[in-house]
Amino acid sequence: MAELTAQRLDVDALLADPAIRIVVCCGSGGVGKTTTAAALGLRAAEVHGRRTVVLTIDPARRLAQSMGLNELDNTPRQVKGIEAAASGGELHAMMLDMKRTFDEVVEQHTTPKRAAEIFANPFYQAMSSTFAGTQEYMAMEKLGQLRAGDEWDLIVVDTPPSRSALDFLDAPARLSRFLDGRMLRLLLAPARTGGRSMFSLVTASFGLFSRAVQKILGAQLLTDLSGFVAALDSMFGGFRQRADQTYRILQDPQTAFLLVAAPERDAVREAAYFAERLVAERMPLSGLVLNRMHQTEPAGLTADQSEAAADQLDTDADLRSAADVLRIHAALLRQTDREVRVAATFTDAFPAVPTTAVAAQPADVHDVDGLRTIGALLA
Amino acid sequence: MGEHRNWPERLHVVTGKGGTGKTSVAAALALGLASGGRRTLLVEVEGRQGIAQLFNLEPLPYAEQRIATTTGGGEVRALAVDPEEALLEYLDMFYKLGAAGRALRKVGAIDFATTIAPGLRDVLLTGKVKEATTRSRDGRRMYDAVVLDAPPTGRIGRFLNVTEETARLVKVGPIKTQSEGVASLLRSPMTAVHVVTLLEEMPVQESVDAIAELNALRIPVGRIIVNGARPALLPAGRVTKAEIKRGLTAAGLPATQGTVSQLAAQAQAHLTRRELEESLRLELAELGRPMVELPQLPDGVDLAGLEQFAARLMRA
Repeated sequence: MAELTAQRLDVDALLADPAIRIVVCCGSGGVGKTTTAAALGLRAAEVHGRRTVVLTIDPARRLAQSMGLNELDNTPRQVKGIEAAASGGELHAMMLDMKRTFDEVVEQHTTPKRAAEIFANPFYQAMSSTFAGTQEYMAMEKLGQLRAGDEWDLIVVDTPPSRSALDFLDAPARLSRFLDGRMLRLLLAPARTGGRSMFSLVTASFGLFSRAVQKILGAQLLTDLSGFVAALDSMFGGFRQRADQTYRILQDPQTAFLLVAAPERDAVREAAYFAERLVAERMPLSGLVLNRMHQTEPAGLTADQSEAAADQLDTDADLRSAADVLRIHAALLRQTDREVRVAATFTDAFPAVPTTAVAAQPADVHDVDGLRTIGALLA
Repeated sequence: MGEHRNWPERLHVVTGKGGTGKTSVAAALALGLASGGRRTLLVEVEGRQGIAQLFNLEPLPYAEQRIATTTGGGEVRALAVDPEEALLEYLDMFYKLGAAGRALRKVGAIDFATTIAPGLRDVLLTGKVKEATTRSRDGRRMYDAVVLDAPPTGRIGRFLNVTEETARLVKVGPIKTQSEGVASLLRSPMTAVHVVTLLEEMPVQESVDAIAELNALRIPVGRIIVNGARPALLPAGRVTKAEIKRGLTAAGLPATQGTVSQLAAQAQAHLTRRELEESLRLELAELGRPMVELPQLPDGVDLAGLEQFAARLMRA
């Protein structure tokens, strides 16, 4: 039977290490990131006695309810009914409210009057609730806040369900680039910066561009936009700086990145891209979690053997159930084999990245017991 | 040529939770609809180059290029819409930008413009899809059908609800006109949004939520496509160890207690799983949309698998 040959990831050592303060779970959509994050948090609290908070981004309703999260209220809530009496750990969980986090950032940095103006601006409204990247940025902002309080032994972060896992690293920089306003100032003031500057071609096209934008989108839009950026710009003195700070937290050895993947081509390819990127950015990549791996206990039969026997038994009506059992066995063997092959495309490319595999569960996890089971399988 | 008997719409939008295989299903649909000498366009909008990976091609440029031919002289073309390119193309239609356009791109202005307003980005993407869907050449339409590999279920409502999103920012001008044109195409009988799911809890839940959202937006929902469906083995719903042992013996295979126990345990796990799948199938059926099931393929979805899916979809 095919087996993964990668070095095994020691999840318990990671969760028990007091020097590790942040675990970031990342991977493409639909691979079980949130469940993994919740299971890691529970195990850190129950087994390792750590005061843990899990920051989830967009959990499935039933999973959120399993942790006692019934609303998106942006505040860590203690998860009741866990078995941490012996270890003394605690588990708290929260769901990110992107808009509220953005509002809080604004409120913290400006006067109530200015804040009210910003909240009323249509650009702020669009951006704080729908901007591609705001969710990623606000997840980082919230992580920064949780870390700054120094109230938690361990923060486990579930990353947003981005179209590509890489967005998580890029979006904060993109947002800060926008909010920095350099581009916008060029856009809004082509006349002042024009003339003999070395950017004359650029500024000339900006004039053209700005006129085009005015015609296409209307002057009101530019006014709203400049009002919004001016307001944000004046109070922050650079969003970029904040994004840079968060980025440095992520590079710190107190942080551990875990890639989460399911044994499917796309998910594994995404994990490989992410691993390359983390290495390039000098971010601390601790390991790969392979969810939903099927397992077969050796029954002494090959897939081909089982299928041939099944076809043979089909001729006898009394033996059809046995034939189906053999088909189930063959399908499982082939699936296991395929999953290991797919997973190997990652482990072959990154032999130094330790890996842990979590067996596929017959049903989805939606209670603390289920999370505990996953936690035990991870470790 | 014109429309396919079973799939009469001209714009097929394919969504689904991440990991359900929506790109493969979209590609199979484009292949199927291109049968019998038709021409279809398969479009992706998220910069993932999923189509190129599926067909083992170099990354697709922002151009409609043939990626497959079908029986009877049909063909599938593919397009990876890039919002920056779409904006430049769009501006060029109204204002001749030329070198200025390239300079704008160099300083990042295009990136900036398509990033500031989330609605703008989506209007440009869906606007391009609309343009391809309604384009005609020599008095007949360019594509018999356009298949869009759309954003996942969690974002599909917002992505397709372009007017609402842009109206918040843009009150006048061609972008507004464009977004209204897109909105009316998306709400017409020419469009169908198909939802791809697996028989697993979260994808089914997201499908249910997405369909409710699309209904509320009055965007027509087409089919529910169940991917990775497993064959219905053990129809009786039970099997005994004695039966397994008899079977193994009859087939001349070793029937040790260990082997029999392993097989029995696997059969039981299969039955448990099937029961859950059956209840999820009922949940989907209650949505009242036509359902199509595509089988789980032993080696994953390769080109042969796409052909198989295409044939299955066209019969449905």
